[in-house]
Amino acid sequence: MGAHRFLSNREALAPEYPRSAVSPFFRGNGSTDPQNGDYPRHVEEGFANWRLEVRGLVDTPLSFSIENIRKLPARSQVTRHDCVEGWSAIGEWTGPQLSLLLDEAGLKPEARFIVFRCADNLNGQDYYETVDLVDAYHPQTIIAHSLNGEPLPVRNGAPLRMRIERQLGYKHAKYLTAIEAVASLDGIGGGQGGYWEDRAGYQWYAGI
Amino acid sequence: MKKHALSTRLWHWLNLLCVVTLFMSGLTISNAHRLLYWGDWGFSRQHAWLEVPRFPDWMTIPGSYSLAVARDWHILMAWPFALGLLFMWVAMLLNRHFQRDITTTRAEWRPTAIWHVIVEHLKLNFEHAGGKYNFLQKLAYGLVLGVFLPTMVFTGISISPGMEPTFGWLVDLLGGRQSARSLHFIFAFAIFGFFVVHLALVFLAGPIGQIRGMITGGTHHQA
Repeated sequence: MGAHRFLSNREALAPEYPRSAVSPFFRGNGSTDPQNGDYPRHVEEGFANWRLEVRGLVDTPLSFSIENIRKLPARSQVTRHDCVEGWSAIGEWTGPQLSLLLDEAGLKPEARFIVFRCADNLNGQDYYETVDLVDAYHPQTIIAHSLNGEPLPVRNGAPLRMRIERQLGYKHAKYLTAIEAVASLDGIGGGQGGYWEDRAGYQWYAGI
Repeated sequence: MKKHALSTRLWHWLNLLCVVTLFMSGLTISNAHRLLYWGDWGFSRQHAWLEVPRFPDWMTIPGSYSLAVARDWHILMAWPFALGLLFMWVAMLLNRHFQRDITTTRAEWRPTAIWHVIVEHLKLNFEHAGGKYNFLQKLAYGLVLGVFLPTMVFTGISISPGMEPTFGWLVDLLGGRQSARSLHFIFAFAIFGFFVVHLALVFLAGPIGQIRGMITGGTHHQA
């Protein structure tokens, strides 16, 4: 990670493709149809009662409905998704930049990481992911509500998922319920900074 | 004068350690998704040009499937591999090992000359007059040092999404990330092929003298 940060500009962009490069189908991995908790009910309701919270080390905690999120200024980007296992798919993602929500809530100076809380429970553990502030404020880090111009399919993380374009797929948390600013990863999940990091020992920095 | 320079011997054994670890951990990574594609993307059998067989546990690092552990080994050993290769290139250009021993001459490319050296190999006659290496050795070492090993570094960088904002031109040059991944796999097996032939010839040429030569440096009148 040190080498990547040294070699690359902090804001350097992942490649973006023309709309014509979009893959005919966007594969889903991990949870593709969560059945735990309230999630199936939210699917039935068309996510009308879904809330996205911004909380933790912020001056003003926020709570958004999907409608609120869709009204925010959005960024659209056709990017390639690379799974840690080796496959890639290209899709067009649309949604507000994470920086917009973080600035709106106001990060406290001691905040160093952003935690993404997810609705899906995979193999008995709640999915979550974390990034540092460099990736949180990266211009391509968006909260996607649409894939290829349509609301996100359940398979790809409906109603909201993260896009962390310079890292591997497991960082791109799906079924997003909350964005939490924290000072340390200790005590968050298993303390390794993410579901797969805790469960299988995957690297927290997923840029390699 | 020593047959092999100290820099050559140090690099040779460091590189062996790196390549073996990278290859065996790479087989685990291959097992994680056994399909290879051309272009930027690909995720299912219908887009694949090759379905690679599953490599058994005795061939892989670690010895039972763990993608995370394999990636840790792969990323760790990529550093001494790439920096070692850079060191070897600087050393062999400075001590003129490359120009003196590995660069081929125009005369060596004559079909009759190539035929002669192939026939001598088939007769298991490895005595070669003049230079340190015969034509086939020069060709093999030149290809491994100049093409196979560096291609592993460049295709490896191109598979890494965090490198792409800086090395996007390299990914484009290779034809997209999945092409880079396919080439990474193909060249890994090209290196494996070299390894097998190299080992066979070392054994045919007298393994004790050959291995001692690569450790102590040996002398010119040795095998």
